[in-house]
Amino acid sequence: MRNIVFLVVGTFFGIVMFKSEAASWFRIYEMFQFKSFHMYGIIGSALVLGVLLIQLIKRKRLKDMSGNPIMIPPKDRSFSRYMFGGILFGLGWALAGACPGPMFVLAGAGFYPILIVIGGAIAGTWVYGLIKNKLPH
Amino acid sequence: MDWILEPWPWYVAGPLITLTMALLLFLGKNFGMSSNLRTLCTMCGAGSTCDFFCFDWRSQKWNLLIMVGAVLGGFIAFNFLSVNQVPQLNDEVITQLHSLGFDSAGKTYVPTELFGDGAFTSVKTIAILIIGGFLVGFGARYAGGCTSGHAISGLSNLQLPSLIAVVGFFVGGLIMVHLLFPLIF
Repeated sequence: MRNIVFLVVGTFFGIVMFKSEAASWFRIYEMFQFKSFHMYGIIGSALVLGVLLIQLIKRKRLKDMSGNPIMIPPKDRSFSRYMFGGILFGLGWALAGACPGPMFVLAGAGFYPILIVIGGAIAGTWVYGLIKNKLPH
Repeated sequence: MDWILEPWPWYVAGPLITLTMALLLFLGKNFGMSSNLRTLCTMCGAGSTCDFFCFDWRSQKWNLLIMVGAVLGGFIAFNFLSVNQVPQLNDEVITQLHSLGFDSAGKTYVPTELFGDGAFTSVKTIAILIIGGFLVGFGARYAGGCTSGHAISGLSNLQLPSLIAVVGFFVGGLIMVHLLFPLIF
């Protein structure tokens, strides 16, 4: 039952990504050219509501359906890993025009060359794991 | 019901993304798509190459289901909820893209030059797609998250690391589009 719920949430997310064009290479390019409000509107409105949601969860100490307190785990303190990692991610995001969610959405939509991007992303993750200890964190 | 077949405006999509995050939080999980890439490495046997991939991938089954759902969602949206959806880009952007060689700008959902059937036979296109994907995978894990984990989840929780990461995303994206695109395309 739980499994079906996750599958449905993922399907819903995939439909939103496709229909909003957040999965379109063109929209990512346009965003980095600052020529349209569209992507900023999507991320901005998601964020404003997200901040309100998290504040509500914290103030009311809301619990998840298993009865555990809801929390987003704090991230390690660092500057370099977030900045360097973020820049590398941004370079790839703009080049491939897809981040890790929309990649899979595009595969489902039948744009099969995205499978090459997914293969590259898996390889990139693996290489990170291999050389992780040599990088500044 | 016709509106469902039209492109969805930002003020519909944004709140629905927050809803996705809210559903996951109430299910006791956190929103983060790039973790699946790590899980896929582990499932391919990367655990024998380094500790980073040594964990029980079954604990991430829920997120893999989200990923499979995203594939399904793409299939449903493309085949049943769209009639040849083409992003209505800014005219200047279309002109710019045409001059970079993207003749499909304003005519298709994603550029035919990169995602059409010809992609598999062009060494340059394959290289672009592999390198783009590689940077996304490497960068997301190095930064500890991607657009969903940092830009949506982390920033919603007002976490400083996520703000640094999102600034990084933009620095990288701007360098690629403004400085490197003229050299690549």
